[in-house]
Amino acid sequence: MADRNDLDHVTGKTTTGHEWDGIKELNTPLPRWWVITFYLTIVWAVGYWIVYPAWPMLWSNTTGLLHYSSRADVAVELANLEKIRGDRMVALGAAPLADIEKDPALLALARARGKTVFGDNCAPCHGSGAAGAKGYPNLNDDDWLWGGTLDQIMQTIQFGARSGHTKAHESAMLAFGKEGVLKKEQIVTVANYVRSLSGLSTSQGYDAAAGAKIFADNCVACHGDGGTGNQELGAPNLTDKIWLYGSDEATLIETITNGRGGVMPAWVGRLDPPTIKALAVYVHSLGGGK
Amino acid sequence: MNQSQSEKWMTHGEAGLAVFFSAAAFLCMIAAAKALDAAFAFHASLGAAASLAAAFVIFNRYIDRPAAWPPQEIDGRPNYNFGPIKFAAAISVFWGIAGFAVGLLIASQLAWPALNFDLPWTSFGRLRPLHTSAVIFAFGGNVLIATSFYVVQKTCRVRLAGDLAPWFVVLGYNFFILIAGTGYLLGVTQSKEYAEPEWYADLWLTIVWVTYLLVFLMTLVKRKEPHIFVANWFYLAFIITIAVLHLGNNPALPVSVWGSKSYIAWGGVQDAMFQWWYGHNAVGFFLTAGFLAIMYYFIPKRAERPVYSYRLSIIHFWAIIFLYIWAGPHHLHYTALPDWAQTLGMTFSIMLWMPSWGGMINGLMTLSGAWDKLRTDPVLRMLVVSVAFYGMATFEGPLMSIKVVNSLSHYTDWTIGHVHSGALGWVGFVSFGALYCLIPWLWNRKGLYSLKLVNWHFWTATIGIVLYISAMWVSGILQGLMWRAYTSLGFLEYSFIETVEAMHPFYIIRAAGGALFLIGALIMAYNLWMTVRVGEAESTALRSPVALQPAE
Repeated sequence: MADRNDLDHVTGKTTTGHEWDGIKELNTPLPRWWVITFYLTIVWAVGYWIVYPAWPMLWSNTTGLLHYSSRADVAVELANLEKIRGDRMVALGAAPLADIEKDPALLALARARGKTVFGDNCAPCHGSGAAGAKGYPNLNDDDWLWGGTLDQIMQTIQFGARSGHTKAHESAMLAFGKEGVLKKEQIVTVANYVRSLSGLSTSQGYDAAAGAKIFADNCVACHGDGGTGNQELGAPNLTDKIWLYGSDEATLIETITNGRGGVMPAWVGRLDPPTIKALAVYVHSLGGGK
Repeated sequence: MNQSQSEKWMTHGEAGLAVFFSAAAFLCMIAAAKALDAAFAFHASLGAAASLAAAFVIFNRYIDRPAAWPPQEIDGRPNYNFGPIKFAAAISVFWGIAGFAVGLLIASQLAWPALNFDLPWTSFGRLRPLHTSAVIFAFGGNVLIATSFYVVQKTCRVRLAGDLAPWFVVLGYNFFILIAGTGYLLGVTQSKEYAEPEWYADLWLTIVWVTYLLVFLMTLVKRKEPHIFVANWFYLAFIITIAVLHLGNNPALPVSVWGSKSYIAWGGVQDAMFQWWYGHNAVGFFLTAGFLAIMYYFIPKRAERPVYSYRLSIIHFWAIIFLYIWAGPHHLHYTALPDWAQTLGMTFSIMLWMPSWGGMINGLMTLSGAWDKLRTDPVLRMLVVSVAFYGMATFEGPLMSIKVVNSLSHYTDWTIGHVHSGALGWVGFVSFGALYCLIPWLWNRKGLYSLKLVNWHFWTATIGIVLYISAMWVSGILQGLMWRAYTSLGFLEYSFIETVEAMHPFYIIRAAGGALFLIGALIMAYNLWMTVRVGEAESTALRSPVALQPAE
């Protein structure tokens, strides 16, 4: 430990005279630019306190010269947004659904609104391009479970399928195996028959006549005589080579054995009526609308 | 040494701790039996096993040790206590690698979600706190404990206070890490960021931390130097403030003393304010003050130059202490937090800029007269680059606290990039530099096994950091701009999922950066291991005034 303030020969500065484990400290003054910048930040902060709400008092707080409030600020911003949207959303809400696609301005508005809402609410299941996934229908094609007219799409979006809403689409594919309606071999046979409806190969030793008989006895009630489906019941067309869950034999056996009943939520109450309208128009315009 | 000592007795510490651990083992066994949930039963069992082991080790040590206490000095030189430091230094390397590896996994999960494996234990939600706690508290915490125990002894020229207490701190702290980490995997959390461990882990940490404070303070009290070295001010500020923050943020009422779940006493916006008062000062006092202490000892020591400015150190120390504690509300801009609190958080963050940079100036300018060493000494280069990253992060922080900037940056990856320029660049590099110095000193080695490998570590990790933070800057700003983009019709331009898709390439780059950083740490672990295993011993003749007689 040094008793006097040593001189550091490299910098020409003195040390403080202390030493810890060989470490000394130089007696360098504070850098001027550092002090000035520090003061400037303090001055700026004090200025900010004068202008903006800053310090708590006993029952309130200083409001600042500007009387700024972030809550009021948000209200202004939302009002500005409403101004940009203007009466157009009101017009959209008032227009009959069928007329929207005839008016280019309303159609553009509905598509713009629909795209945003679709991305945040529908894309998680149907995909951001609406191409669907296993169990979630593709909305770009012209194959519709519950109908592809504007009104039908609107109905489905509003109330959903098996959503618990009283107006939801309710019917579902029965579990023919689990309920004991069909035996295992019958299910394999009818699965092969269903594959044959869209020209897919059937497995060896498959009895086409037996398949047709089982299909006629059990399936035509919903899927129709030729297996072309029934949109009243949400029964898919089995001849169009579009498969919601898959067309391989194992998947079909699974479908017939345990049934299917995918859920789509009801959006009424969660989205406002003009927005649901916009969404219906958007989905309708994706390519498959009837 | 001294055979004619009087009878051997247990110290108060030994006897007290033996009783304490026996009682704890008993209590833990009851808790395990009465536990209401499986995770609590598991933790109670761990507690019982650890307490039994601790009691056994204390008795064993008592039987083996000589009757006399370890001397405070040998041949007029302090008899430094390095055992607990060695443990903390070694385990910090292990926790570091574990924490970086989990970080790499969760970064990859963000790019490829299938890596969640559809298991609760490996889901992002549980692994993310495991990553943050592993790197901050397990890696960083052990580096801080190791270096603080080393620095306080060397700069006070006395043996560490306490006999069992330093071991209690080191082992107790790592037991806390074990409870916290396994808890996250099992879904035990109080859902407060960086304060996730539940009430019983918090209680245990309180006991350990108060002991840490006492060991540190008592060592300062019995110092042989007239003045307290600057690094020790920072260590002391870190230890005291963390204790205050921990107690302030964690007052919780357990649903049952036999179960893991608890509820925090604070509610609503007060809870949010407490949380970010805690969260921001965990950054300020754990990740800044603590590691500045490391900087103030290891850079002058390695550069063999005096600290640049004593006056700057004292001014910026007190300015940091006073200003940092106010800055928390900048985490809650544009929320339910009252405007006045947001203003204070922002303005104090701005005023904090220069005090933070005081540390950077002192660290960098200490190199004056020794800049040439950066070419030849990769360890010093690592320490200096860490200070540069510190300067960058402490400029970016105040910038991001400004409300208009924050309205773009908040909730985006920019924040993640900012945190990691501080975490990887500053905390990581200053820790690596300190470990590269400390391991040879502790194990009495002449130097490191390979400086070339340090160089490899330096460049691999540096490229990793640059990839990481630049990817996050770009993706963060892109994300912020996409979120706020409106069409001319007044609707949002992008859905959320589109912004997620846009992040994908940056998440891959980020994961690549993280992988490089992890590889660098593995190189370090190998280098340190070989230093201890095969490094040439430092000649004791150089260290001891009395040359040893060769045995013949």
